[in-house]
Amino acid sequence: MTSMDFLLFAKGPMFSIAVAIFALGILVRLFEILALGRAHNYAAARGNEIIPGLKTVYRRFNPDPGTFKRSTFDVVVGTLWHVGFVIVLLLFIPHIELIESTLGLGWPGLPNPIVDALTAITLLGLVAVLIHRFKHPVKRFLSTREDYLIWLVTFLPVLTGYLAYHRLINPYPLALGLHILAAEIFLIVLPFTKLTHIFTAFLARYYNGAIFGRKGIQS
Amino acid sequence: MATSKTLGESLRQHGVSRRGFLKFCAATASMMALPPTMAPAIAKALEQARRPSVIWLSFQECTGCTESLTRSFSPTVENLIFDVISLDYHHTLQAAAGDAAEHAREQAMTLNAGEYLVVVDGSLPGPRANPGYSTIAGISNYEMLMETIEGAAAVVAVGTCAAFGGLPKANPNPTGAVSVQDLVKHKPVINVSGCPPVPMVITGVLAQFLTFGTLPELDEHGRPRAFFGQSIHDRCYRRPFYDKGRFAETFDDEGAKAGWCLYRLGCKGPMTYNACATMKWNGGTSWPIEAGYPCLGCSEPDFWDAGRFYKSLSVPTGAPGDLLVTAGAVGAAVGVGAGLMSRQQSKHAVERHDTVTADQLEETL
Amino acid sequence: MTQAANSFSLERGLNAWREEIDAPVAAFFSSCVHCGLCAQACPFYVETEDPQYTPIHKLEPLRLLWEQEYTVWGKLKKLARDRIDAKLGRASKPLITDEMLAQWEPLLYDSCSMCGRCSMVCPVGNDIHYMIRKAREGMVASGHAPEGLVAASVRAVNTGSPMGLQWKTLDVQIKHVETATGLEVPIDREQADYLVLLSSMEIINFPEYLEALTKIFAHADVSWTLSKDCFEATNAGIQIGSKDIAATLVQRVVDAAEQLKVKYVISPECGHAYTAIRWEGPNAIKRAYPFKVYHIIEVLDQLRADGRLKTEGKEMDRLSMHDPCNLARKSGVVQQQRRLMDLVADDFVDLKEHGEFQWCCGAGGGVSSNERAEPLKLAAFKRKKAQIEEVEPERMVTMCATCRTQLEEGLEEFSMDIPVVGLTEMIADHLVEKEKAEQS
Repeated sequence: MTSMDFLLFAKGPMFSIAVAIFALGILVRLFEILALGRAHNYAAARGNEIIPGLKTVYRRFNPDPGTFKRSTFDVVVGTLWHVGFVIVLLLFIPHIELIESTLGLGWPGLPNPIVDALTAITLLGLVAVLIHRFKHPVKRFLSTREDYLIWLVTFLPVLTGYLAYHRLINPYPLALGLHILAAEIFLIVLPFTKLTHIFTAFLARYYNGAIFGRKGIQS
Repeated sequence: MATSKTLGESLRQHGVSRRGFLKFCAATASMMALPPTMAPAIAKALEQARRPSVIWLSFQECTGCTESLTRSFSPTVENLIFDVISLDYHHTLQAAAGDAAEHAREQAMTLNAGEYLVVVDGSLPGPRANPGYSTIAGISNYEMLMETIEGAAAVVAVGTCAAFGGLPKANPNPTGAVSVQDLVKHKPVINVSGCPPVPMVITGVLAQFLTFGTLPELDEHGRPRAFFGQSIHDRCYRRPFYDKGRFAETFDDEGAKAGWCLYRLGCKGPMTYNACATMKWNGGTSWPIEAGYPCLGCSEPDFWDAGRFYKSLSVPTGAPGDLLVTAGAVGAAVGVGAGLMSRQQSKHAVERHDTVTADQLEETL
Repeated sequence: MTQAANSFSLERGLNAWREEIDAPVAAFFSSCVHCGLCAQACPFYVETEDPQYTPIHKLEPLRLLWEQEYTVWGKLKKLARDRIDAKLGRASKPLITDEMLAQWEPLLYDSCSMCGRCSMVCPVGNDIHYMIRKAREGMVASGHAPEGLVAASVRAVNTGSPMGLQWKTLDVQIKHVETATGLEVPIDREQADYLVLLSSMEIINFPEYLEALTKIFAHADVSWTLSKDCFEATNAGIQIGSKDIAATLVQRVVDAAEQLKVKYVISPECGHAYTAIRWEGPNAIKRAYPFKVYHIIEVLDQLRADGRLKTEGKEMDRLSMHDPCNLARKSGVVQQQRRLMDLVADDFVDLKEHGEFQWCCGAGGGVSSNERAEPLKLAAFKRKKAQIEEVEPERMVTMCATCRTQLEEGLEEFSMDIPVVGLTEMIADHLVEKEKAEQS
């Protein structure tokens, strides 16, 4: 298998397989959650559910001052790499081209040097959170093999993307193929691991906000 | 006899100056990634080189590669070198036809056994394909290739068809086309890919063979590293625009006029390894990207099938959009089904609920 | 606790969990990324630094059941595991065992006051305390509830009070209040506006509450009554985590209120009682009430807003306030107590994290009824202590008998001379004398 065969495999059939598994898996996950429903609540409501629910979806991007103070590292580094990851994913022009060709939706991108810098920050952030996971007593205690595996699955697309962009792996079709494959692995495992939080966290936040909102508290 | 004349004599006879010749040698040295001090050695070797016998086989091809080599509009060192090799068989160029032509090939093979070079352009139907798709003088391409390479010193596959199968091999490959390297396993094969290849790359390879009697160092695709070691992207004069994120989005927008990067118009430069960006075409006049046209990646294997010409390199080659919708619909259906089953399970649990009473609790105390 | 000797079983517990798993639970478990931020929101973790007290970890058995039975992926994994086990000819290991639940019992009860603070900070939005409450249903049904809470539940159902308090004890107190104030304490008065409930702990530890209430209601001309049939507001069922026990206890309140045809029921200065009657009660008995439920603080603030509370003078010392979790974070009563404080306090300073972000005193959620949890209860209090030390008040004000007891005991343990008062009493102390009010 030459590097070009590999690239064409990654760009062609493998991408289709990954996208299919991802779409199937994540929709199964979302619908099996939603279809469970909630029991009727007989208690007289103090507040609304929908507006506080939606507010909480937003508010959890922005932690309370106490949490910021007690877990500064988590908040700062966690936010940094998440934001970096999402921007790089959605605003790098080759990615936009891919999304546009797949979904028919496009938007303006960012200049490559900015994406490049954010990628570097994201990589450093991910390394830092891994070290933190090893060192922090709570994180180490909670961590399962899945947590470390998912770290790797998240780290590899960013790393291979960085290496491909800087052409540090040769030949380029190999570099690009590895990057695409890493992204495909990410897509494939997403619905079956904690990566589902990318989608379900919005549901969870909404439910949280709605449950508290009904009682008159903005959570 | 013409065959005994050295290259140096032939060049001088054609009015190429010593200075012009040395310039060519220096350029060849740099292309082969040799230090400039090697130029005199190249010159010396070339001047004394005997014209080697070359048998040129044209199979499933369009003659574009031959055109590329021969249609230079002014006499250059490259095509003079081309002139002075002993091209003993080339059915497009030779005067002889029919049995006489085939006879020339056979004669060259016998006279120069073990020393001649075979140059192939075009792919050929593989051993399991219908040989009738391409024959010369009633001989199948496969048979002719296998016969001709027996006594060859090396095989040079010129052009992407010969090197990688090219257009004939593109999906769905109706003729069962294969490349030279798919068939030739016991002779060195040098792939000079491109559709067509840069002329000087062909002469450069020949020059090295003449100079050192050796074959060049090859990359994973069997191409001379000296010419295919760097990507178009890495040597592209529009690269600064890519780095700054300035892209032409249509062929006639402001970006296109300002000469911005052609990535979004489908340029395959980042994955394409060739010398276009440095050597250019038509005597150094220009090259596709300079003409405002995205690199098609023609020197790469399977370039016809490696994504659409006008779609970015990052765009998948399949049709994942449709699959996404289908898989999503199935997923939604399965999810709703599974969720309703779970809900039923919860309801069932409620039906089986055994009320906790204080008496039951008291028993445990 | 040994099994089979009683009617509780692992299967019964798992069935209870299956009843409880709903869309929010599935969304929450799907979203956890093991970031551990909930730990720093939990007083039990913060003060012990023992990672097993990380809130989300307390739910691991429930999560295992959800994953295996409520996700397609989990079902497939189980199928594969069972096939492998069958191939190897070994018995499949059960997912959740009694030993596991026994191990989790202290995590779900001793180290969790269901204060809900973790639910406020989880970055993916998991309402952890919502799930703890549900998890406790299964713990009760599988026979893994702490002895102290079981005993309190049995007493509550059998005697009407978790502390075994009888009407005659309260009656003595009523007589005492009537003598001291010269006012009547109305009992079983039909058509009264408000049915007043009390908590056993208040009756025993803080008799001044009833006196204060009597004074305030007389001052504001509030039509109210106590019920002989049901004076207890607390609900051990909510604390142990049994909606069946909770329903039995709530039904008594509903019956009394319906019998007396009151418009409103007032939950006393007790946190969980309010949650029990206000939010969980209607769901436990599966119907909406024909009356409204208020916490006493809400009623007082309404009287204040209506101009029916006339006060004079202010407390001049530096006061701070502890928000009961059940009242503030879990019920949305945050501003009411502050407006009342403004009425009677000159130098009021809030704790730095208050309202929906306040820290639990450490005694809620049944921790105070669970003798085994005593050391943890005191450990968790250290967070509150640190908060109090930050603002250096001379006295603390609160509006929950459990919180108040915990604050008093905790402050005493650490030799801090900071008295704790109930807000209702403090309001009562500043009422303008009725005659004076009428003159003005």
